[in-house]
Amino acid sequence: MNKIVSIDNVGKKYNTTNGEIEAIKSITFDVKEGEFVALVGSSGCGKSTLLSIMAGLDKQSVGNVNYYIDKPVIGYMLQEDALLAHYTILDNILLGLKIKNKLNDESKEYAINLLKKYNLDKFIDKKPHELSGGMKQRVSLIRTIAIKPDILFLDEPFSALDFSTRLKVSDDVYKIIKKEKKTTIMVTHDIGEAISMADKVIVLSKSPAKVKSVYNIELINKELPTQNRKDEKFNYYYDLIWRDLDKDE
Amino acid sequence: MSKEQKEFLRKYKFDKRITLLSQVMIVILILVGWELLSRYNIINPFIFSSPTKVVKTIYGLYVDGNLFNHIWVTVYETLIAFVIGLFISLVISVILYLYNKIYKIIDPFLTCLNSLPKVALGPMIIIVAGANVKSIIVMAVLINVIVITTVILNGFYGTDKVRLKLMHSFGANKYQILKYLVIPSSYKTIISSFKLGISMSLIGVISGEFLVSRAGLGYLIIYGTQVFNLDLVVSGILLLVMISYILYKAVMYIEDILVGK
Repeated sequence: MNKIVSIDNVGKKYNTTNGEIEAIKSITFDVKEGEFVALVGSSGCGKSTLLSIMAGLDKQSVGNVNYYIDKPVIGYMLQEDALLAHYTILDNILLGLKIKNKLNDESKEYAINLLKKYNLDKFIDKKPHELSGGMKQRVSLIRTIAIKPDILFLDEPFSALDFSTRLKVSDDVYKIIKKEKKTTIMVTHDIGEAISMADKVIVLSKSPAKVKSVYNIELINKELPTQNRKDEKFNYYYDLIWRDLDKDE
Repeated sequence: MSKEQKEFLRKYKFDKRITLLSQVMIVILILVGWELLSRYNIINPFIFSSPTKVVKTIYGLYVDGNLFNHIWVTVYETLIAFVIGLFISLVISVILYLYNKIYKIIDPFLTCLNSLPKVALGPMIIIVAGANVKSIIVMAVLINVIVITTVILNGFYGTDKVRLKLMHSFGANKYQILKYLVIPSSYKTIISSFKLGISMSLIGVISGEFLVSRAGLGYLIIYGTQVFNLDLVVSGILLLVMISYILYKAVMYIEDILVGK
């Protein structure tokens, strides 16, 4: 697999009236095409900042973010579904295309087909409040995929959901990502979520975030996230990552 | 319908009727009390007038053919000032949102202007705009613009940060953010500024009519004071209360339609 992005010695400092705050310190890693990478760390460690920097939404103080494709299209999924209440589901999934001036018959058809493919087409004219939390999160992912991103960034995408919905939606989202063959970088503080979904888990230390350890997740039978949680090697990775995070406390 | 639901609805309707009845009773009590106090000289009838005298005065205005003219002049000026004020406020809010630096610079000046009693500017406004209806409308617009702008800007700056990040992730520029997110999500706030706007416009129009006018409810009140016809003053005030209530209710009704209740 070819490298799609590499993070080279990236650091981030915030200047405030009360002094300088270092959020990220010398982070280096690569992401390959089609890979699913999870960044795990405790709350407030700087992992979302790192994701924002990689997606070009924030600027690093030092280091480089190098993409190996020309003008990469970035897809960003947030902690909440962030659907716009005043628009229908169709208008919501077309939003990114409109903003990027890429809305035409072909792109619209592609977006509608995504809704059909993932059984959300019957909600096309509904408003977001008429959908359940899980459905909204799926629509949110489809809105991100509709712009045909080269790389997907998921910023704690299930944190607003209750536990059972979270498990179900993580299966749905995983299926969509794998079917659409998207390179994905996900930030989460949930170790189980990271192991059950990712090919590689990068553990970050407490603020300022540094790479503490990297695990290539090799489960016996890699299937859907909920099934992966029952895999024999799941607990093995869980304990390793837990210990890494626990040492930090 | 279940028994509990029927009972709930019955209670709900009963409570509503009791509230309405209480309100009507209060009005009747005030009117009767006022009439008796005035008739038996417990309060000075020359200063405080009485309901019967007010009715006679209003009827006199009606017979003279002036009543609806005065009401219409005030309502007309209020509506014009409200529409102009709303338009200017929207334009200012959009500019100040798009150019945040300008907003930061002029924010303390806006606060100063907001706390300044605009009536103090009356003489200057009359010199600049002339002793006519234009001065009244300028005064009302000065009063409503600051208030409406503040409400709308609060709505704009209260836009959800997560959704703003989403827009940035799509590479949206500030005009697109305003068009697709900020204005639509501030829609209810903009509509809710109407109530405040119409009240402020009426205050401005009456202040303006006090200074320069030949018709309108403000004129009636000030004219009544000058000729010591306090029945006319009280009649003007009561008509103003009614007009203010009707305008407020009308705006609320429009708000409900626009918000889709």
